[in-house]
Amino acid sequence: MSLITEITIFVLAAFVGFEVISKVPTTLHTPLMSQTNAIHGIVMLGGLIVIGSADDTLEKLIGTIAIVFGTINIVGGFLVTDRMLGMFRGRDRKPKQVEEETVTPGEAGQ
Amino acid sequence: MIQAPTLALSQSSDFVTACYIVAFSLFILGIRQGTHPRTARRGNLIAAAGMLLAIAITLSLDVVGNGALILIGILLGTGVGVIASIRVQMTQMPQMVALYNGVGGGAAALISWSEFRHASGAGSIPLDIFVPILFSTVVGSVSFWGSNVAFGKLQDILPSRPILLPFQHIFNGFLLAAILAGCVVLGIDHDSPSEALFIAVLIGAAVLGNLFVLPIGGADMPVVISLLNAFTGLAAAAAGFALDNVVLIVAGTLVGSSGTILTIEMSRAMNRSIGNLLFSGFGAVSAAAGEREERPVSSIGPEDAAIKLGYADSVVFVPGYGMAVAQAQHAVKELADELQKRGVEVNFAIHPVAGRMPGHMNVLLAEADVPYEQLKEMEEINPEMPRTDVAVVIGANDVTNPAAKDDPDSPIAGMPIIEVDQAREVIVIKRSLSPGFAGIDNDLFYKENTSMLFSDAKGAASDIAAQVEEL
Repeated sequence: MSLITEITIFVLAAFVGFEVISKVPTTLHTPLMSQTNAIHGIVMLGGLIVIGSADDTLEKLIGTIAIVFGTINIVGGFLVTDRMLGMFRGRDRKPKQVEEETVTPGEAGQ
Repeated sequence: MIQAPTLALSQSSDFVTACYIVAFSLFILGIRQGTHPRTARRGNLIAAAGMLLAIAITLSLDVVGNGALILIGILLGTGVGVIASIRVQMTQMPQMVALYNGVGGGAAALISWSEFRHASGAGSIPLDIFVPILFSTVVGSVSFWGSNVAFGKLQDILPSRPILLPFQHIFNGFLLAAILAGCVVLGIDHDSPSEALFIAVLIGAAVLGNLFVLPIGGADMPVVISLLNAFTGLAAAAAGFALDNVVLIVAGTLVGSSGTILTIEMSRAMNRSIGNLLFSGFGAVSAAAGEREERPVSSIGPEDAAIKLGYADSVVFVPGYGMAVAQAQHAVKELADELQKRGVEVNFAIHPVAGRMPGHMNVLLAEADVPYEQLKEMEEINPEMPRTDVAVVIGANDVTNPAAKDDPDSPIAGMPIIEVDQAREVIVIKRSLSPGFAGIDNDLFYKENTSMLFSDAKGAASDIAAQVEEL
């Protein structure tokens, strides 16, 4: 990939990130932070790639630690987020929220 | 060898790129669904599925080798991640996120170091690879150490008070300049860069990460963690530039920009600018000025509290970190149930930054099955306060401090608070009169209509509930 293609992708992804996250209820700040935290564990792929070309012991060690770190980031991040969000499941909360959400746009349209 | 040679794919092949595109689309979808309460959990699973796909396809690349080490790394990382996530208490969630964020940053820095060694072994490193390597090294290292300090502060391994050394901001500035200068020298010398200088930059960034977070008080840690989260995302994106990997670039950038927005929203909820938050050494001054005079407070026991609550028409609970520490959410829910049986109107007032993270209290109360409708946000409950009979502050402190409104010299001046002092009566359940995380005294405790109930939140809540039942 050429550098300019990569920069194009970078800029577009940055705007997607800004757009997708706007207007988040405070309640979801923590879980969302935790989820995006898990997503940057993607850096672990870099560990998989660099360890392939590791020749000396030091590079192998660095690469392995990087993979351990990245995997903790991914696995721990997604699991903790799931545990947090699991607590929002209520007995009768779901239908009520559906109702609220369908009512509001209707009112706005009138 | 772990994988058969027939499976080996080139990183630049269309098939691999297509899989990566699917993976980052799932990330975007996952984050998007994560912004709505109804779909958030599914969103997390969708993002996790994207991650699984990205890892699986990367494992089949031709550049991947040393399968045994990879296997060890993945098994070890999975084991630690699973055990830590299952065993962590809900109250310790913020520091857990800090820790996970730190290891991500550490991974980015280590990968860049490895890539540096690999690339410089071949002689010259082209700048379009070297610049991202340096960026990822510095930012990843700052994020790793900064997150560890944040973890230490939240876990009470390090003092949560801001630690501000003399001339620290000036020193930090010089350190940052030195790191940048080191990077420039390395860049100019990219035909045969010195590894010693590279390691010096790595260490300099580590020191900067420590010094950057140490002066920030524990109450501001959530915002710092969110900022470091964005940093790690950018470090991952930079690693993607260095390794020519599209999914790293997109995923890292997504986290970088969405993390920035989250950070801004959080500091807006605290009514402070990010600059003020990061560089003011917030609370350090007032902690040093220890001329707190003895003022009279009125103290009550659970029996009196039960009578006040049991015969009230409306009660608002204001939970804070103390409730989380004492694991009192279930006891508080029981007390709320007892009161509702007697026809008392019960609500919970949630300050946006109560606890150690935005939304922390919502998570805990949801765990205790408190109905969603009873959780009121600050803007919603404040106008109701003058009509409230009793406001019960459970382990919250700074978010109720009227000094934020009344005293323009207060370090928390301007921070929006839950206006419990407007309620007819206030009961504060707290273990002692000690100041909260911001390190400042709370005028609320000394008001005429305030009664202090000195106890831990859980014991107090169940004692009061028992007394209410007997009324």
